[in-house]
Amino acid sequence: MNANIVNFVYLIAGVLFILGIKGLTKPKTAVRGNMLSALGMLIAVVVTLLNMNTVDYTYVIAGVVVGSIVGSIMALRIQMTSMPQMVALLNGFGGGASLTIALAEYYGKLGSTPASFAELLTPVVADSSAFGVGPEGTIALLAIGLTILIGALTLTGSLVAFAKLQELMKKSYGLPGGPIGNALLLIVGVVAVGLVVVDPGNVAAMVAIVAVALLLGLFLVMPIGGADMPVVIALLNSYSGIAAALAGFILGNTVLIIAGSLVGTSGLILTQIMCVAMNRSLTNVLFGKMAAGGEAIDADEVYAGKVTSAQPDEVAMILETAQRVVIVPGYGMAMAQAQHAVRELADAMQAKGIDVEYGIHPVAGRMPGHMNVLLAEAEVPYDKLVEMDKINPTFEDTDVVIVIGANDVTNPMARDVEGSPIYGMPILNVDKAKTVVVIKRSLSPGFAGLPNPLFAMDHTLMVYGDGKKAVVEMTVALNQA
Amino acid sequence: MDILILLLALFVLSLFLGVELITKVPPTLHTPLMSGTNAVSGITLVGALLAAGSDGSPMLVNILGFIAVTLATINVVGGYLVTNRMLAMFKRK
Repeated sequence: MNANIVNFVYLIAGVLFILGIKGLTKPKTAVRGNMLSALGMLIAVVVTLLNMNTVDYTYVIAGVVVGSIVGSIMALRIQMTSMPQMVALLNGFGGGASLTIALAEYYGKLGSTPASFAELLTPVVADSSAFGVGPEGTIALLAIGLTILIGALTLTGSLVAFAKLQELMKKSYGLPGGPIGNALLLIVGVVAVGLVVVDPGNVAAMVAIVAVALLLGLFLVMPIGGADMPVVIALLNSYSGIAAALAGFILGNTVLIIAGSLVGTSGLILTQIMCVAMNRSLTNVLFGKMAAGGEAIDADEVYAGKVTSAQPDEVAMILETAQRVVIVPGYGMAMAQAQHAVRELADAMQAKGIDVEYGIHPVAGRMPGHMNVLLAEAEVPYDKLVEMDKINPTFEDTDVVIVIGANDVTNPMARDVEGSPIYGMPILNVDKAKTVVVIKRSLSPGFAGLPNPLFAMDHTLMVYGDGKKAVVEMTVALNQA
Repeated sequence: MDILILLLALFVLSLFLGVELITKVPPTLHTPLMSGTNAVSGITLVGALLAAGSDGSPMLVNILGFIAVTLATINVVGGYLVTNRMLAMFKRK
């Protein structure tokens, strides 16, 4: 097939991807956008297949069949609460795909493949002309090296993120020296890329890039946990896109570059949004400790004798007289699978003429938009899900706020106590409401490890216990009232 | 070199377009945005197909290609399906 036709089809695919993302700017057009994007993918794949002068399609068909089955099963069986894990895995596979493409390209152009482990490290004679004419060969090698570096790092980093989210890995391990160890690994990786660019036959350097990048992915993500996960996932999302764009430079393929850069910027922007929502820099999230600095605050001093607890039926009595209620969900709601129960409580309140909205903090949950997806699953209309900046001015006119499974994002210390480790982080000003109901298992601190003075306020009622059970009991009591 | 400059231009312009587009996506749709862009990054499937189907290449290249095709297909199929599942929930009223 004519190369111009192929590239023209790639251009159409690229346009469809752009329209697809544009569709995502509104919930109403989002489904159609996703379909357009999928259509773009389909035509790009079909035209690539038609253009191949391949006799043997065994590997292609095997890969597509296995991938489709695994992908469909994952997509259809995953629970909405586990969406962060799913996205982490998909990021990893994206990185892995770029990694293996670059390796295949390298060994294919090199024209010699190792038959044994020893040969894997033995230099072969080759120069950059095998990879392209003049400077193009050098650039292609540079792109191969960088794709492998980023692809491998994304692969292992995402697998660690998955293991942490799935709670398969609970402890945090890091390199001795922390960021310095990681920086050294990165330098070794970059130097190895340089060696391959200078001498493409230096296969030992190629092996070194792969090994170092795989390790770097592990050690970068292993020390990070809990509430910092949204940042990590968004960043890995970005890496998988950058790796795809770089793979586009290796193959001289336009659609890879367009798609890869869109994904790369998407991940970076989400990373930025998450960092702003935590008032922390990216370096601080990746290498810092949350509660580093600031004096330790004694939890007993904050809570002693000041915490009021309540039973669900008492809360129901307060709700009955309310006019406006705001529900603030956090990761605890996902853990308790309480989203359906929460929606039923909201239904019961609305049936009594109470105005109910949801206040969503940008970093609530374990990935950007996590709470929104959970509540959408429970059939909460999306116009009831209100962003932090829009809901904050309304708390003063709110009778009751129900905080379920959220902690740090409601901590007034972030607003009032200069010198507190979380000072400056934007929070939901739930303490401005007339009554605050906090549903929580205990007074244990959130991810920041800080006590929350909100719990000790006069107008705060603590409802201890399982989130789902407590909400169901409130609903029953409210319906009987 | 001409082609390289064109590719670079495409890359830079796409980055700017990406920023303009993504900043308009509301926070409510950030999770589907991530899974959807994940599916888009499965476009590496195009490169993977070329590697897996290259005739006369050493076995290693075809095997690497097979792995690449598998991983990229998971991304494409899994990414679009799960995004569709989520977006369908947002659509209903």
